[in-house]
Amino acid sequence: MIKQQFETPAKYKKWTYGLLAVGLVAFLAGFFFLGLSKDEHDQTRFWAGLLQNSLYFLMICNACMFFICINILGHSSWQTTFRRVPEAIAAVVPVFAVVSMLVFIAIVVGDQHHIYHWLDKDAVASDKILSWKKGFLNPTFFFVWTVVTLAVWILVGRKLRQLSLRADEGEITGEEARQYIWNNTVWAAIFIVFFALTTGSTIPWLWLMSIDAHWYSTMYSWYTFMSSFVGGLALIALFVIFLKNQGYLEHTTTEQLHDIGKYIFAFSIFWAYLWFSQFMLIWYANIPEETIYFKPRLQGVYKGIFWFNFIVNFIAPILILMTRGSKRNYAVMTFMAMTLVLGHWLDFYQMVMPGAMGDHFSLGWYELGMLAFFIGILMFFTGRALTKAPLVPKYHPYFKESLIHHT
Amino acid sequence: MTIKKFVVGCFDDEDILFPAVKKVRKAGYKIHDVYTPFPVHGLDKELGMRDTSLHTVGFIYALTGLTTALGFISWILTKDWVQNYGGKPHFSLAAWIPIMFELTVLFSGVGMTLTFCYLCQLAPFVKKHHFHPRATDDQFVMVIECTPNTNVQEAEGFLAAAGAKEVNVQMAETGWWLGRYDMDKKLFDHTAETVTA
Repeated sequence: MIKQQFETPAKYKKWTYGLLAVGLVAFLAGFFFLGLSKDEHDQTRFWAGLLQNSLYFLMICNACMFFICINILGHSSWQTTFRRVPEAIAAVVPVFAVVSMLVFIAIVVGDQHHIYHWLDKDAVASDKILSWKKGFLNPTFFFVWTVVTLAVWILVGRKLRQLSLRADEGEITGEEARQYIWNNTVWAAIFIVFFALTTGSTIPWLWLMSIDAHWYSTMYSWYTFMSSFVGGLALIALFVIFLKNQGYLEHTTTEQLHDIGKYIFAFSIFWAYLWFSQFMLIWYANIPEETIYFKPRLQGVYKGIFWFNFIVNFIAPILILMTRGSKRNYAVMTFMAMTLVLGHWLDFYQMVMPGAMGDHFSLGWYELGMLAFFIGILMFFTGRALTKAPLVPKYHPYFKESLIHHT
Repeated sequence: MTIKKFVVGCFDDEDILFPAVKKVRKAGYKIHDVYTPFPVHGLDKELGMRDTSLHTVGFIYALTGLTTALGFISWILTKDWVQNYGGKPHFSLAAWIPIMFELTVLFSGVGMTLTFCYLCQLAPFVKKHHFHPRATDDQFVMVIECTPNTNVQEAEGFLAAAGAKEVNVQMAETGWWLGRYDMDKKLFDHTAETVTA
């Protein structure tokens, strides 16, 4: 009997509700003790924690849709056996989009200028650099572009999901199959072009780089994009392994896992490449207005996190995932994927916090509680999306090719 | 090197080749190699070949390149020809990483290519025996090496029964030797005994 329909196991539910409960307690405690506090550091800590988590999880979920799109455009068939997994993760994008939107509204309307310095009108008026950037860094543009971005991500993502669900209904052959692949290609292309305009360039500038309002780096968006992409790939690996262990996805074999491992390995190296490219040019030129970004990270209180981030997200995957055997080993892949999901969460942490919190950073009950909360949300909605459709798109034109895939 | 006797069978379809390989190995014949016009997925496993060690060699070459770059550049810039570049420390690792990276890639790339050529016995002006010219075109050529115990007629019959379209026996040099393909007489000396089934 082939298990095609996912039913959420009791243990999964227990973990989901446990994480949600812990997270909710942390959120409420954070809201009352930090958010409503008179102390501006506490307030900033509350909102910066929410900002970091909502953006990280939004972007890694959206990266899963990007993963599907590049595979559609590359006419690759190997991922057809497990493509419902990235689809299910990407189905959480609307949830995190709403969460992020609420956080943005609270920060911008609530005038949290410790996070977004450009919100401070007096500071902008007396600041040459910030007044030059006023056309880009202002609440109106921020909201318009954020809403457009989130809407297109959600709508095109939903369209691609609907196209995929067509492969459950019945045989697609001949001319119809060609048309089906073409439709997929067109929508994936639309998504990718828009993805390049948003995650690939403007959106990280607007959401994250503007925390350090004076500073800019042309590498920043690629770096953020790669961080979220590796996080997304690690999530896909985790869910695929989880489903395999539960006895689902019997067509997804070690060969597919090997290829996911290759993706994670390759893009971890590419992440490090961008990390270094951004760092080296600034280090080399040694211009104060540029090195200001690395000052707290390299020499200040964030030193430990900064280097730990590099070790976890580059040294560990390159050494551990280098051999063929480790990419085909479920235990090693689980360990590495978990490490990378948390590692890139830490990466986002060190992108947000130095600009927002200065030297008074903390990585304590509230930050970890928020992490638990967002993982809980992710697990809850991904689990729900997995139950909504068969795990194997058995009438997909590429399905047969995917079955005989080997590396 | 040595000259040995081979039974050569040509197949025109992968779907016939795979079961044939299985049968021939099961019957106890020693397969010298199978020559195919394009890479055939899974054939190496079917032939019982071990995984290549080329990647391990590549890793060693990469480490050699990395240490060469680091050693050489740090010796130059801290001992041999010390210069002041914009007040940076003499030992400036960040500035050297691109060069270390390039040499790592260069050493592993060139080293692996040369090792690969050596393993496949490919080099300019070096010649290897071709069992069948159509192995580069549309035929899958299976070569069985004859041991003293091999009954050549039986092996020929076995290959034909397994689906080979053309079977012959060849005496051939197993290794490589220096010489240009079109000018070397050796090739014609050793392929005298060709029988078509």
